[in-house]
Amino acid sequence: MKYIDEFRDGAAARAVAARIAAEAVPAREYRLMEFCGGHTHAIFRYGIPDLLPPNVRMIHGPGCPVCVLPIGRLDLAIDLALRPKVTLCTYGDMMRVPGSRKRSLLRAKAEGADVRIVYSATDALRLARELPDREVVFFAIGFETTTPPTAVAVQIAAAEGLRNFSVYCNHVLTPPALVHLLETANPEDPEPVRIDGFVGPAHVSVVIGTDAYQRFAEHYRKPVVIAGFEPLDVLQSILMLVRQINDGRATIENEYSRAVVPAGNLRAQEIVGDVLQVRETFEWRGLGEVPFSALRLRGKYAAFDAEHRFAVAPVKARENKACECPAILRGVKRPTDCGIFGTVCTPENPMGSCMVSAEGACAAYYTYGRHKQPAVA
Amino acid sequence: MDTIEPKGRSMKARTLDFARGRVDMSHGGGGRAMAQLIDEVFRSAFDNPVLDRGDDQALLDVGAGRIAFSTDSYVISPLFFPGGDIGSLAVHGTVNDLAMAGAVPQWLSSAFIIEEGFLLADLKRIADSMASAARAAGVAIVTGDTKVVERGKGDGVFINTAGIGVVPPGVDIHPRRARPGDAILVSGTIGDHGVAILSHRQGLAFETDIVSDSAPLHGLVAAMLTAAPDLHVLRDPTRGGVAATLNEIAQAAGVGMRLNESALPVRTQVRGACELLGLDPLNVANEGKLLAICAAADADRVLAAMRAHAFGRDAAIIGSVVEDPSRFVAMDTVFGGRRMVDWLTGEQLPRIC
Amino acid sequence: MCLAVPAEVIEIVDATRARVSLGGVVKEIALHLVDGVAVGDYVLVHVGFALARIDPAEAQRTLEALHALGETLEDAA
Repeated sequence: MKYIDEFRDGAAARAVAARIAAEAVPAREYRLMEFCGGHTHAIFRYGIPDLLPPNVRMIHGPGCPVCVLPIGRLDLAIDLALRPKVTLCTYGDMMRVPGSRKRSLLRAKAEGADVRIVYSATDALRLARELPDREVVFFAIGFETTTPPTAVAVQIAAAEGLRNFSVYCNHVLTPPALVHLLETANPEDPEPVRIDGFVGPAHVSVVIGTDAYQRFAEHYRKPVVIAGFEPLDVLQSILMLVRQINDGRATIENEYSRAVVPAGNLRAQEIVGDVLQVRETFEWRGLGEVPFSALRLRGKYAAFDAEHRFAVAPVKARENKACECPAILRGVKRPTDCGIFGTVCTPENPMGSCMVSAEGACAAYYTYGRHKQPAVA
Repeated sequence: MDTIEPKGRSMKARTLDFARGRVDMSHGGGGRAMAQLIDEVFRSAFDNPVLDRGDDQALLDVGAGRIAFSTDSYVISPLFFPGGDIGSLAVHGTVNDLAMAGAVPQWLSSAFIIEEGFLLADLKRIADSMASAARAAGVAIVTGDTKVVERGKGDGVFINTAGIGVVPPGVDIHPRRARPGDAILVSGTIGDHGVAILSHRQGLAFETDIVSDSAPLHGLVAAMLTAAPDLHVLRDPTRGGVAATLNEIAQAAGVGMRLNESALPVRTQVRGACELLGLDPLNVANEGKLLAICAAADADRVLAAMRAHAFGRDAAIIGSVVEDPSRFVAMDTVFGGRRMVDWLTGEQLPRIC
Repeated sequence: MCLAVPAEVIEIVDATRARVSLGGVVKEIALHLVDGVAVGDYVLVHVGFALARIDPAEAQRTLEALHALGETLEDAA
């Protein structure tokens, strides 16, 4: 398959890996964060850690919209789904995420809630047209990549006067989260998260462009390499970061130039700007309150805002005390540092969302990487 | 006094209306309506001397040897899919369960739970499909049962089949026989059935030429046993895919496994569908493939025998069994790194992330 | 996050819909987010929408850079 197979070539991988090993200065430690959960998944799925020298370490960031959704907001989705007239449409990723009291959308479905897995927001629109007597609520999650499709769906619903369609909006933003990671350090942590460089998200960047990351280079002096989604892209980006760090540079580089341009996708940004506005603050699971980091529907589309239509607001819920997702999401701890990893907390019985989402650091490590010995700290 | 029959009118009951008729509660009531249904749909399709006796049980001459006995229920949706339907699946599935013990399948039972309102035409189509699958597989459906449940209490139709086969002497196949050093083989391309089903499921519609691989495998097994009588393990990777099946075997045998990703046979379109939906072919169901584990010395002979058979053309050696107290199944990726092949908690769901 | 795959546009259905092929699997997707898509283009598909066109020249450049790394190593050996 074109643009996929070429970027999974094993021989090229070995060459790049050899370059990384040759150029990484032995006495230095390179701590690189891949922000995007999809990159985390790719790293584990292709066994990339095996190809890196021991002093180049990948830290798994919070770019997993499933993982960072606070329990209280998921609980609200479950409550909505359990209402008799509601048909809740969700991406497959959310079905098994545990909310409070061991509830989940999958379990709610077993209890009789009308929960439908959709591949696209347009499927939810179609359901709303087909089921005029149902209140069709689209459970919108995701970063900037997934936001434009939601915005298009709202515009279509408004144009058609689709009265029974609404969106429960949980879209979040990448640059504010990156800023938050670097600005805050939890005093309770044994060491604040030290990140030497970022592997930037592939498809978020397709939408927002590379210009959106300028702040990192200028203000925080951290190199960012926007990496494509395939394993060869990730490896090459790691090499580019090692080189920047060695040279003492801190710039934005675009490895994914075949899909990412500096200004991003202006049409998509325009549509999002029409439909959505930035929330002053939003709670991220594991990061706490992050200012200007999420979106809600604008007033003119209030009729399609589920929180407005159903006059509901999420209740803050408690995390499992033993769950280390907060520290893991911020890159401070590894899955194996969590006391309940692999014992109480497994994909069959997830305690926190890092274990449920396929790209959560814990699930990725458990599913793909637990055959390794845990690294000595 | 003789009864005078009105001219031109037969007193025989009318045959079932296969054009527009539906199953109703009377068809499960044990009376004439049910008898007619059984007769015109099932008995006429399955058509064999044992069934024709019309007894409540089948009396069979089994002969010498160990009996293999298996059962499975089929609750799939959609009922009709490219490459098969619930009927052919119900025959192949149970035939294959028997074949995985090296048994020669001979007789099946089939029990139907039909939802009120189900189209008779569809029921006939399913029965005919079962009959044809059974004939091709050389098995007879010799006994069965029919029930009808109220509308809303069944998903169209549920089918249970149970099967009996005889295991030839000297054949000793079961998961605990997997030993470090053994070779792991697969009989052909993986993920075909799951993708064929998904392409027809509401909300995920995509067009593909992929058809289900549903097929009876006992002929293939017989060919393999001729080449290497001492096969260690056979199993068909149905729900959960190759990943689930290999993990089950690893757990049962107390061994680990190492797979070679570049050796896995996967059709391009299956790859494409999995890329689109974020699925891994290793987790996708198959209904006409088997996994075999044999001594390394036998591997080439077994492979050749598989490739010479119609249902094994794309067979490949995909890895080996290793010593591993943790019983991990790991894979060397096309990329050069190694990762685990785990089995999933539940059905793999399409993802956006 | 953001599973997006490159697929070839095989038919423009109307202003907002196209059919794309990925390895022979064909799906209908929405075009609201990308202008001027033509048959033969490759687009990134995410949740049923085209997100961007793939630039073939840039893709080629990226691949060449990747393969050049291998050659550099041989030179250095």
